[in-house]
Amino acid sequence: MDSTICAVSTALGNGAISIIRCSGAEAIKIVNSVFLGKNLEQVPSHTIHYGFITYQNEKVDEVLVSIMRSPKTFTTEDIVEINSHGGIATTNKILEVLLASGCILAEAGEFTKRAFLNGRIDLLEAEAVGDLIVSETESSRKLAINQITGSLSNKINNIRQKLISLQANIEVNIDYPEYDDVLVITEDILKPTLINIIEELQHLLIDSKNGKIIKNGIDVAIIGQPNVGKSSILNDLLEENKAIVTNIPGTTRDIVEGKIFLNGIILNIVDTAGLRLTNDQVEKIGVEKSKDISKTADLIIYVIDNTTEKISVDLQNLQNLGDKPVIVFINKDDIKTKLDINKLKDYQVIFGNTINEFGLEKLKTKIIEIFNLEKIETKDFSYLSSARQVSLVSKALMVIEESLNNLNMGISIDLISIDLQNCYELLGEIIGETYKEDLLDELFSKFCLGK
Amino acid sequence: MNYDIIVIGGGHAGCEAAHATSVLGHKTALITSNISNIADMPCNPSIGGTAKGIVVREIDALGGLMGKVADKSHIQLKMLNNSKPAVRSLRAQADKITYPKIMLEELQKLSNLEIIEGMAKSIVVKNSKIAGIELENGKKYFCNALILTTGTYLKSKILIGNEVKESGPHGEKTSNFLSESFKSLGFEMLRLKTGTPQRIEKSSINFNKVKAEEGDKTHWSFSFDTTPIYDVNKQEKCYITYTTKDTHKIITDNLKKSAMYSGNIKGTGTRYCPSIEDKIVRFADKERHQLFLEPESIYYNDIYLQGFSTSMPYDVQDKMVKSLPGLENAKILKYAYAIEYDAINPLQLKLSLESKLIENLFTAGQINGTSGYEEAASQGLIAGINSSRKLTNKEPFILKRNEAYIGVLIDDLVTKGTLEPYRLLTSRAEFRLILRHDNADLRLREYGYKIGLIDNKRYNKLIEKKANINDLIYQLKNNKISKTNIPEELLKKLEYKTLNTGYTLYEFATRPEIKLNDYLKTNILENKWSPEIIETVEFQIKYEGYIAKTYKEVEKMLKLENKKIPKDINYDNIKNIASEAKEKLKKVRPLNIAQASRISGVNPVDISLLAIYLKKEYNKNE
Repeated sequence: MDSTICAVSTALGNGAISIIRCSGAEAIKIVNSVFLGKNLEQVPSHTIHYGFITYQNEKVDEVLVSIMRSPKTFTTEDIVEINSHGGIATTNKILEVLLASGCILAEAGEFTKRAFLNGRIDLLEAEAVGDLIVSETESSRKLAINQITGSLSNKINNIRQKLISLQANIEVNIDYPEYDDVLVITEDILKPTLINIIEELQHLLIDSKNGKIIKNGIDVAIIGQPNVGKSSILNDLLEENKAIVTNIPGTTRDIVEGKIFLNGIILNIVDTAGLRLTNDQVEKIGVEKSKDISKTADLIIYVIDNTTEKISVDLQNLQNLGDKPVIVFINKDDIKTKLDINKLKDYQVIFGNTINEFGLEKLKTKIIEIFNLEKIETKDFSYLSSARQVSLVSKALMVIEESLNNLNMGISIDLISIDLQNCYELLGEIIGETYKEDLLDELFSKFCLGK
Repeated sequence: MNYDIIVIGGGHAGCEAAHATSVLGHKTALITSNISNIADMPCNPSIGGTAKGIVVREIDALGGLMGKVADKSHIQLKMLNNSKPAVRSLRAQADKITYPKIMLEELQKLSNLEIIEGMAKSIVVKNSKIAGIELENGKKYFCNALILTTGTYLKSKILIGNEVKESGPHGEKTSNFLSESFKSLGFEMLRLKTGTPQRIEKSSINFNKVKAEEGDKTHWSFSFDTTPIYDVNKQEKCYITYTTKDTHKIITDNLKKSAMYSGNIKGTGTRYCPSIEDKIVRFADKERHQLFLEPESIYYNDIYLQGFSTSMPYDVQDKMVKSLPGLENAKILKYAYAIEYDAINPLQLKLSLESKLIENLFTAGQINGTSGYEEAASQGLIAGINSSRKLTNKEPFILKRNEAYIGVLIDDLVTKGTLEPYRLLTSRAEFRLILRHDNADLRLREYGYKIGLIDNKRYNKLIEKKANINDLIYQLKNNKISKTNIPEELLKKLEYKTLNTGYTLYEFATRPEIKLNDYLKTNILENKWSPEIIETVEFQIKYEGYIAKTYKEVEKMLKLENKKIPKDINYDNIKNIASEAKEKLKKVRPLNIAQASRISGVNPVDISLLAIYLKKEYNKNE
């Protein structure tokens, strides 16, 4: 049985909606498992349903889901299409949820390929589409390789080289155990090398975050209690009246987004509904959404009204954010201070007000400082550019971490070599290379063996 | 004379082939140039080794002879990689007199088998189907299937320095005509090279200067039906010595005199078995090379100098040998030589080892481009089984890569071809974790039974073993650990302060530091499990995660193996496929998508196009 694949079918960006498509025998089951609403496994084919994508009991987004059952679908397999709110963060989050729930990320052109392999496209169309498939896989392969020219592919190759040397040596130890003049790879030799590989893979992932910043920008969420001036701060930053600003607490019931450029990097700023307990249904959803957004954001601007005396709720909210980067913006500093600033001494605090826009420059400087934006080279910067690459490196990292763990537990090296091979193959997938033959060549070019 | 099946060649492949067809009820003739050379070991005096030892177990599981005969003729036995559970493998020093003698006795017991002395000259073919064989003495023998296991005897040349002799190993006559007969039938021939080192007189070696290597003190056996009774303390020793700076200088100074470097040798040698001059040239930085001194037999005094194979002239060989510690006064009984021979291109074979060109013609062993007795024997067995199945209209018996090293070997040969004598290595088996020494019978004996080479008695032993394994696992899963079943010394040794008794014995055994044996002996369970059963169960418990990973990979491969490629496919009709891939596909004619994807030079894109084409052309109505 084929695996169930998923991918974002609309262009990633800031369209009004984006569509995530799943195809495969498990498609309906998997989506149903993360869907809050009707039981999708029991709904008729070719119908649309309203609900939420949830993950670990938290709502990710409000969505419309189309259910199309095999065989009358594009791929002839069961297909589910999720219409979500546009925006990179939300779309990626839904994709991540599906991947975590059993879907596999589709390769470029894989939906078309499946449609074709499953005979969905008729004989007359077949040859024409055949050409298309070739061009799709070929060009996407080339594209992938071009994308990772220079330092990134060098980095991956270096790690693979280390793995293959290690592996070749282990294989020699296994296939020629009677030779005492070949270095025997012991735990003591293996451990530091594995640790070194782990560090390098971690670096790749950290770099990929910089890469993500360059490509997708920094997601900034403005949060705080109602009526502290969150929307005004957004408007000032955007220098336009996008958010509806009133003095009635709870005016921003939905999410308001805007973008600014800071040192060539995009800040995706999201204004959220004030955090408070509410009975208003619409506002309730907004508040929930605010919480979700603060989880996916790269940076939180937490706004506190200077005139607030008791900030215990704010302190609680701040604590709930965990170790995410936070800037506390004390708004309305033109009015006399009532709050006890000492309670915020663990946070980066900026005073300002939205009447004369004082403090906004300081806010921007702080963001530049936190993300090291002055040092990020936007030119000639190599990074893991696709979710596929990041996911492969993450998997490779996981495999090596597990193998180090197994080694520490006393698992013998002939088994550890399975992990090394696995890691090598995963990294090879990024740069489109294969495994088996080069290993044998390496083995016999490096070691002198045989009767 | 008429036979069902004729086997040409009495080496390790020929013996297994003839044995299999005879047991399966076919009137068989084994034609060999010299009966006294049946199952001869012209090179190493050893059976087994890494990967190869597991092959011997597989041969035994399927009902072949090699393991059984090796068990009766070894003079030293060792478990290699004993601390690496997935790749443990037996290696024996086999007595060069006893092994062939017992093999011949085994063959002579077979009522369906006739052994005939003679040199094959040409194959008789009618309408692209095998009809018989003509010998050099003019006699013709007719048969329905022919198995060729001619080893290195096809147009073989022995080279020592600038001396070139047309000869097979051991000074046997070479077969010049057969190679020509092949060519005229459209076979592509490969020219390969291998070599063998000197034999030294035992009494001339100073054993004080070399390091002794003893056999294991534990009893082992290749065969699942052998109860080992040999005296572990009375095994022959092997010894280790090293090349010296002098050795390297002698070789470097005389390099041009070596047949390898004078241009006399045209054949491709193997990386797996290089000559000493090769090693010194390719690894110039290496100060010394390890050599093994191995006894050939308890009945004569030859010591085999493993690692010192060369094609240098006699006088240089004398100097080389004398430069080795312990061999200063060594007397060479036989000089080393290189041997060059013809082999057929294995890409022209089916996975059943039947020729793609001539129906009912099978080939096995070195003629197919492999090296090694075990590789040869396993192919002989498969060729024997498949010739029998062909004549009785049964589907060919093909072992998959996830089932046996034998499957890996044949698939590699037939799918990838070879440019040098092919040697099995554990690293060639992507699923080696499940292709182990301990489970060869669990993997293959059922097949042996169904084929007809394993009798009821031996099969029942397997049933019993399986039941015992299940029983042990059941008991381990259904008993919680307690102070009564975990010995106190063990707890002390493990520095466990308290014992969490919520765990079952099974869960307890998943910890790497725990050995099942440590508590099976004294626990509440009866001590009735053999070491073999404990080993298999322990492996399953400890490496469950790794085994599961391997099975996932196996599943991926099997899925592609199920995508069959029709025999009548015309690769020219597939558009956009790369021309190199097309040529390779035409030659190999893979049976399924998985096999196609393993062909070197066929890229993933080509495979996709092939799959699409198949869907379009052959599954129209699905």
